[in-house]
Amino acid sequence: MADDGHNPDDAARSPPSADTLALLRRRPVQAVAIAAILGIAAAAFAYTGGWLTPDRLSPARFVDGMQQAHGVFPGFRRSHAKGICLAGTFMGTPDAKSWSVASVFNGDPVPVTGRFAESTPNPYAPDSSDPVRSMALRMPAEGGEWRTGMNNTPGLPVSTTEDFFALVFATAPDPQTGKPDPAKVQPFVASHPEMAAYLARAAAKPLAANFVNDSFNSVNGFIYVAPDGQRRLVRWTMRAEAPFSSLSQEEREKAAPNYVFDDLLAQVAAGPQKWRLIATFAEPGDPNKAAELWPEGRREVDMGELIVTHVESEAPGNCRDINFDPMVLPPGIEPSDDPIAYARSAVYSSSFRRRMGEPKSPSAIAGRSAEAPQ
Amino acid sequence: MTHYFNGLARVLHWLMALLILTMLFIGIGMVSTVSPRYYELLTVHRSIGIVVLVLAAVRLINRLLRPVPPLPADLPGWQRFAAQSSHLMLYVLMFALPLVGWAMLSAGGYPIVIFGSIPLPPIAPHGDQLFAVLRTSHSVLAFLLFAIILAHLAAALFHRLIRQDDVLKSMT
Repeated sequence: MADDGHNPDDAARSPPSADTLALLRRRPVQAVAIAAILGIAAAAFAYTGGWLTPDRLSPARFVDGMQQAHGVFPGFRRSHAKGICLAGTFMGTPDAKSWSVASVFNGDPVPVTGRFAESTPNPYAPDSSDPVRSMALRMPAEGGEWRTGMNNTPGLPVSTTEDFFALVFATAPDPQTGKPDPAKVQPFVASHPEMAAYLARAAAKPLAANFVNDSFNSVNGFIYVAPDGQRRLVRWTMRAEAPFSSLSQEEREKAAPNYVFDDLLAQVAAGPQKWRLIATFAEPGDPNKAAELWPEGRREVDMGELIVTHVESEAPGNCRDINFDPMVLPPGIEPSDDPIAYARSAVYSSSFRRRMGEPKSPSAIAGRSAEAPQ
Repeated sequence: MTHYFNGLARVLHWLMALLILTMLFIGIGMVSTVSPRYYELLTVHRSIGIVVLVLAAVRLINRLLRPVPPLPADLPGWQRFAAQSSHLMLYVLMFALPLVGWAMLSAGGYPIVIFGSIPLPPIAPHGDQLFAVLRTSHSVLAFLLFAIILAHLAAALFHRLIRQDDVLKSMT
């Protein structure tokens, strides 16, 4: 090379500007060091993003699994796809503010919007096929907003995110029957005692006839921050004021395909529908595991009343375009160490991102609304 | 003619380098996990994002008002072009990433809360397709920013170790 034997100081004074490659060849160690630094930075980024660890359970992988096992209806939530929007008011009891400083409990009426749904990913599934129902709410609060996604099951079948991911596959419907394949469910039940206990609880609990006399549980544990700063582990239930009634499986199957939603629309048209928010506080040693219920006798506090006065089909800009992320919490309500709550937040976000960009079509509950008389 | 960036420019450069690199790693890391880290990182990500936006505004004003050292006179034309265009892109992205993130949360109907209890107003209308476009843009722009930062780092080291000129020194 022409530059061999040059004086290194030449470069510092007047580096040849014509030939950058020649410059690099003259300082190969430095050139390799720079390449190595870039390579390490890029590899660190790739590792952090999970590309080098395909076994890591990412939100995208979780939603892929749900879609693969249970099907996908583009434009809809990957779960709880069949739903209807609600609006109304929440008002805290005089007692509520001594348990949480969240402004939603200060006793003033708070405007509420939300969504009733069934857990199926199929927005056209008949109501008789799905006993798992949900109520999701959002309300403005000082310093933020409160969102909660509750469902009517007695706890969850599992307590960890990894088990939940395995459950998604274990309960995948058999293409032949449309129902979970016993050959997949049985081994899961056998290896997960929590699941066996859940199935026993669910079987013992009669299914409410409709949304307005069903009660909805917080699914996860959260923390209420009291005015004195004390933090208490809490679960809550939105308990129906309407008297409980139930339909037999036969009656359900004979009913109209959207009977649960038809009932809701008719009942809201007849008058406001009410629930009471009952908080249950843990005692020391109570497990903060979504699959384990707390023993009877825990302190229950009536935190307030939810009054639903309006329901309407999903449409652009209403509850359809809201992610009811249960980790959207206002000052006064905090996350606990229940891992499922965090996983729900991450997975809902991934589902939300996918469905928002997809073309929308109406669900089975299209073009309907009801307003309670004043 | 000055040979150095002014003190404020140097402080902001290294502080923002740290913050922006941290943000890129937090961002890519949080969307890859369903563990509690998802929520913890997301919370921090939103707050630091707004800090970066504010610092970027201060930095831009300082850059426009104060003289900057010239590039070496003998720098080849293509390297001069690469330096100027990548610096412009770095400025654009320092603003674009926080603004797109903020607008994306607005379009998604999310409350935007920083430092635990400071609410920010929405800066874009609530809308499904708008959210989808902004959400994808946020990722694409983040990858672009990381790539330009790597190029910027390579160029700084090239000046220091290979050309052995005073470019890196002007910022340290």
